[in-house]
Amino acid sequence: MTLKLGRRALMVAATAAMSFGTPVLAGGHQVLDSIHFLIPGGAGGGWDGTARGTGEALTNAGLVGTASYENMSGGGGGKAIGYLIENAESNHGTLMVNSTPIIIRSLTGVFPQNFRDLTLVAGTIGDYAAMVVPADSNIDSMADLLAAYDADPNSTAIGGGSVPGGMDHLVAAMVMEAAGKDALEVKYIPYDAGGKAMAALLSGEIKALSTGFSEAVALAQAGEVKILGVTSDERVGAYEDAPTMKEQGIDTTFVNWRGFFGAPGLPEDQLAAYQDAIAKMYDTPEWEAVRARNGWVNIHNSGDDFKAFLENQEKVIGDLMKKLGFL
Amino acid sequence: MIEGLMIGLSAAFSLQNLLMVIFGCLIGTFIGMLPGLGPMSIIAIMIPVAITIGDPSAALILLAGVYYGAIFGGSTSSILLNAPGVAGTVASSFDGYPMARKGQAGKALTIAAISSFAGGSIGALLLMIFAPMLSTVALLFHSAEYFALMVVGLSAIAAFAGTGNVAKAVLMTLLGLILATVGEGALFNLPRFTMGIMDLQSGLSFITLAMAMFALPEALFLVMNPARSAQGDGGKITGLRITREEGRKIAPVIGRQSIQGFFIGVLPGAGATIASFLGYAVERNIASKEEQKEFGHGSIKGLAAPETANNAACTGSFVPLLTLGIPGSGTTAILLGALIALNVTPGPRLMIDEPQIFWAVIISMYIGNLVLLVLNLPLIPYIAKVLTIPRNYLIPFILFFTLMGSYIGQNNATELLLLVGMGVCATILRFADYPLAPLLIGFILGRMLEDNFARSMQLYDGMGFLIDRPMTLGLLVIAALLVVVPSYRARRAKARAKGIADGD
Repeated sequence: MTLKLGRRALMVAATAAMSFGTPVLAGGHQVLDSIHFLIPGGAGGGWDGTARGTGEALTNAGLVGTASYENMSGGGGGKAIGYLIENAESNHGTLMVNSTPIIIRSLTGVFPQNFRDLTLVAGTIGDYAAMVVPADSNIDSMADLLAAYDADPNSTAIGGGSVPGGMDHLVAAMVMEAAGKDALEVKYIPYDAGGKAMAALLSGEIKALSTGFSEAVALAQAGEVKILGVTSDERVGAYEDAPTMKEQGIDTTFVNWRGFFGAPGLPEDQLAAYQDAIAKMYDTPEWEAVRARNGWVNIHNSGDDFKAFLENQEKVIGDLMKKLGFL
Repeated sequence: MIEGLMIGLSAAFSLQNLLMVIFGCLIGTFIGMLPGLGPMSIIAIMIPVAITIGDPSAALILLAGVYYGAIFGGSTSSILLNAPGVAGTVASSFDGYPMARKGQAGKALTIAAISSFAGGSIGALLLMIFAPMLSTVALLFHSAEYFALMVVGLSAIAAFAGTGNVAKAVLMTLLGLILATVGEGALFNLPRFTMGIMDLQSGLSFITLAMAMFALPEALFLVMNPARSAQGDGGKITGLRITREEGRKIAPVIGRQSIQGFFIGVLPGAGATIASFLGYAVERNIASKEEQKEFGHGSIKGLAAPETANNAACTGSFVPLLTLGIPGSGTTAILLGALIALNVTPGPRLMIDEPQIFWAVIISMYIGNLVLLVLNLPLIPYIAKVLTIPRNYLIPFILFFTLMGSYIGQNNATELLLLVGMGVCATILRFADYPLAPLLIGFILGRMLEDNFARSMQLYDGMGFLIDRPMTLGLLVIAALLVVVPSYRARRAKARAKGIADGD
């Protein structure tokens, strides 16, 4: 009885999810029969959403016949990476989702492998980072924040939803470095969830919060925060009011990307088919529906571009982590 | 608040959520009735089902329904068999069972159902008033206050240790705190105590731990302890009606105990069990000399008091959960774990960020109490038949859901090994009469305690926050008092509750 109801509820949810995009039958443009998505974390997380959203768009648009999903959590993603490398031969049909933490965690040695041990398929979406303050704060720009920091560095704490050395901390440090401050001196306060960091910001425990841009936009639209700066090259269409770091004289950019990896030794033609399917996906209304629902930003890097992008990010993050004493 | 109510009404009356309430209350009533299976075990077993639903409001509505359903249903076996299903209904057997012996089983069940309904409904009303108020205050809390609140919570466990003695409860709390240190903390980038095992990197899974503590040992305990099975026939129950005069007698009791029970439930560490004992004691003390003689021999007041109080307290325990994100009891600790697994962070921001969850749960409590009234009044003679279900059908069911539940969600076979390993340890501890709820509360509070303490140290460059923030100091003083002045009621409760599943 218990099982029945659980499944019924799941079916209701699944039907609701399906109705977002009308399934279009493969009009002869199907690229692949099937994709098996390997998700290195549990159900409900960011990786899970990315893999399932991408699979939904690919199958609904008729680019891929069927998609299946497997959650394999453990070791901060290391378990799935190890599995994909050890069983490379039998996993040519598998794509693993991953994101910026694969760079950070292989640098800090959480797992022994890094992205070079895998076949790079494509980076698909991303999110910029942003610095926010409460809506009623007397800080209105990065210049104000830096002035407050200079006046009293000890009480100008910046918070974030990641561990020290994690993404939110690195972004805060990166911005302060680029503004000519010593990143080591910046007081970074970690919270274990974005919601808790936000509560701390509004209670006045921290002066500013380093967070993802899409999260910041949602909060700014609710009238709770002001966005001081975003780490993109140009202002982002989703929220034009947010100035970039660059235009305020802080020369730094950062993208938290999400993308897909294949098993090492993936045959060329198979790799090309994956990249082709993903490239075609961007023009479909099915993808647009998924993307808009999740508030993702299209940041497409395929093949060698993806490699260059990752190598650059690895260098920037590596240098910063050395400076901060994490390496 | 009106706006919130509207959101809650529209969410709670969706078909899915209505089904969840009814289903949760049904399961809760059935399981609550069975002596030996507490609300914690059944909620632990239901977590994977709730997570599969995916919608946090529906999941919380389901689990909350199970919780108060179990407290509601637990009284049936207290009255009919003198074998309370949950610790929170132990006090109900003091007068409920004598009534049944006198041939007034039907009347006793009616009084229990009405008192429970009133306690639960008034509790929900108070929750609706006090949770937003506390939430507003909590928005001003810094890490230092949260740290102090956790300390209060932990010391309350020691003070109110319902089953077993205080030293054992403290020991189990410490064990929980130790288990919480495994894995990568939120504040340090390094794995601790993982012994190089990758699956421990992100710490022990709360759900696996909850299952290991409350589902596996319960099942094994039932196998190894057949004497605890119920033997009553639960058959003939007649005369459900109560007279107008009896109604007039219990009305003031219900009024007082709804309020008292609710506020006891709000206190971290106290819960339905403490509330029911206190309610019984208070009502006996203030009753007239003549009525006092009846207590213990089938007094309707003596039955109405604990029944009202335990349901009101059960609702009250949602206040710290929903406004501060702190579990006041083992059951709410499990609910907190389930919410976190669904990507919802309970706390003062919950009402702002996801008002539909908060209000839908409150509205569902009214619906749930109505459902329970219907279940318990006209249908009780039939439902009581569940007491005759042989254990050998029940146990495999529990084991199956336990094992399946810890695997689902993570898809990680190592969880199964951890579950069985910890389950065996937990069973041994239960045989030695160590309470397991403090371990779970220690585990879930441990990480928050450490994080908030470390953050405060960082913000104030040391222990300065103790002096700079008077509210922190005040809370710590309360914590010290809770340890120094343990409630004498808890000692009484201890003796009575022996051999009954950890209540709440």
